[in-house]
Amino acid sequence: MTSIADPIAGTPGDTKPALAGHDAVKVASSAPAIVFPAIGERELRLDLFRGLALWLIFIDHLPPNILTWFTIRNYGFSDATEIFIFISGYTAAFVYGRAMLQAGFVVATARILRRVWQIYVAHVFLFTIFLAEISYVATSFENPLYSEEMGIMDFLKQPDVTIVQALLLRFRPVNMDVLPLYIVLMLFLPIILWLMKWRADVTLALSALLYAVTWHFDLYLTAYPNGVWFFNPLAWQLLFVFGAWCAMGGAARMSRLLSSPLTMWICLAYLFASFCVTMTWYVPQLGRLMPRIIEQWMYPIDKTDLDVLRFAHFLALAAITVRFLPRDWPGLKSPWLRPLILCGQHSLEIFCLGVFLAFAGHFVLAEVSGGAAMHLLVSVSGILIMWGMAWVISWYKHSADKGASKTKSIPGNADLAGGGA
Amino acid sequence: MRSAFRTVLAALLAAFVAGGYARAEDAGQSCDVPAYLLTSESSLPKVAEAVKKAQPLTILVVGSRSSTIASADASAYPARLQAALKERLPSTPITLSVELQSAKTAEEAASTLVKLVEAKRPTLVIWQTGTVDAMRSVDPDDFRGAVDEGVVALQTAGTDVILVNLQYSPRTETMTSAPPYLDNMRVVAQQHEVPLFDRFAIMRHWNDAGDFDLFSTAHGSDLAKRVHDCLGRALSKFVIDTAHLDAAQQN
Repeated sequence: MTSIADPIAGTPGDTKPALAGHDAVKVASSAPAIVFPAIGERELRLDLFRGLALWLIFIDHLPPNILTWFTIRNYGFSDATEIFIFISGYTAAFVYGRAMLQAGFVVATARILRRVWQIYVAHVFLFTIFLAEISYVATSFENPLYSEEMGIMDFLKQPDVTIVQALLLRFRPVNMDVLPLYIVLMLFLPIILWLMKWRADVTLALSALLYAVTWHFDLYLTAYPNGVWFFNPLAWQLLFVFGAWCAMGGAARMSRLLSSPLTMWICLAYLFASFCVTMTWYVPQLGRLMPRIIEQWMYPIDKTDLDVLRFAHFLALAAITVRFLPRDWPGLKSPWLRPLILCGQHSLEIFCLGVFLAFAGHFVLAEVSGGAAMHLLVSVSGILIMWGMAWVISWYKHSADKGASKTKSIPGNADLAGGGA
Repeated sequence: MRSAFRTVLAALLAAFVAGGYARAEDAGQSCDVPAYLLTSESSLPKVAEAVKKAQPLTILVVGSRSSTIASADASAYPARLQAALKERLPSTPITLSVELQSAKTAEEAASTLVKLVEAKRPTLVIWQTGTVDAMRSVDPDDFRGAVDEGVVALQTAGTDVILVNLQYSPRTETMTSAPPYLDNMRVVAQQHEVPLFDRFAIMRHWNDAGDFDLFSTAHGSDLAKRVHDCLGRALSKFVIDTAHLDAAQQN
């Protein structure tokens, strides 16, 4: 929803207002349900917010510093992960959904699997870097204050098991949870798209059902050496499928709902309530003002299973964003937002770079110096590096690879609308 | 775009320099804890009663390896707590024992609590937990269940309880995810009206304020001893404030 109150590109059949659920189905079955913008027309808001999510994820992965106060997780329930997964679902459906319509199920699946492979390779690459860092820290760091915490390095004693488990995506160090989630979601994308082509609303309903079942029966994926996947794909798929559903015309059908003032006030009220709750985490004195009964009902707000409160917070945030940031907002072309948009356009690369820079940042803080100013410096230079790298990548795409004319003309290329992570 | 870059760089440099000056000023070694980190809505009625009636105060610390310093037990926070309490409550006999349960999760520790309490009959149990669970990434729900069970067992056994959460450990932050365990301990503490000594937030405050450089690779136990001394003193203040002992002493 970050993008989409208005139809991305109008098709005659879809301009009918449809509010109630069964109406929506009718429209879906009577007119082409899937609406795509003209090739080459980028939805800059998607790029903008994905770029923003990448920056925020990077900052959240670093030790807290001044910039941490600018990340949205401090002001509400949901955080950058929600934005990232939603936009990923949206763009993936957008890119590969078109491929499925034009070239058929098999070709689209093949392309999706190639993308999955790229993400997997990226994940393994990051794991290698992580291993290098950890091995170094484990041998050089010996502070008696943390002799217990250093026990976490014990996995290095059994590389045979650990590395195999990492390749199976079951052993994932902290901060390396998003890509495995993304791999699993993408792996199921062909089925999701195929169902969407049949009945988009039914697919969304099935997804919500799976989410409910996951909560009810407490389903999860186990991890190594114990515990569960930090982001439970069975729950987080809801956001991904919802993104896909919006891309497949759902957003357009919701436009009436999104432009209603009632929706806006409900969203604002919820965002404000969530903001107040979050404040009690950081200003413990405020905690006393909060009724016990609400606390007991609300906590814990579960990130692993995408708590309903988080999901609702994301929806409210997205609804407000879409309302107040039209897709033709001139600011989207401003040079000030260019770095964000550039990063959002090369999301897989920049995401991986961000994870790497977070590792590197921790390393610099640990080995060189750890003051508050250094923290700020590390964060800001990380963001500048991400921007620089995004610029280099787009330079490659537009200039260095120009000779290979084919790359540009393949529809459904994952990077066209940033189908990547 | 180039000029934008320059502006950002200049701003960054300015911030860096300003930050450097600010840090140089407050270089003095101290370990004050802001009041809000030592405030709890819950209370310690058994402790208050014991001190009021001048009965002996028996404290049992149950914890994992971060409740001690290898080969320097007497400098670890439990011993420092005892010393600080004796200083503040000279008329109360205070005994303190430590039950180390290294490499045990909250669930494993919880099952031993009742026996420990029966054996030692403490007035107050300080239960430090969470570290092992975070390292093994135990399911946070299971962790909450275990802490809950342990706290209930202690309360039914008739002791006061203080929960102590994880250490702030910036070096292993990329490897362990502490927040779910911190959150769940806070939830249990709220539910059972048990005071929570927020060791994590306190140590992070010291690190941010520049009192301690917890990123330090220092070998040797000097840093550990200083941190534990500060933790022990902060914990003694927490016990005295939460049990309202200053008032009790005056009566």
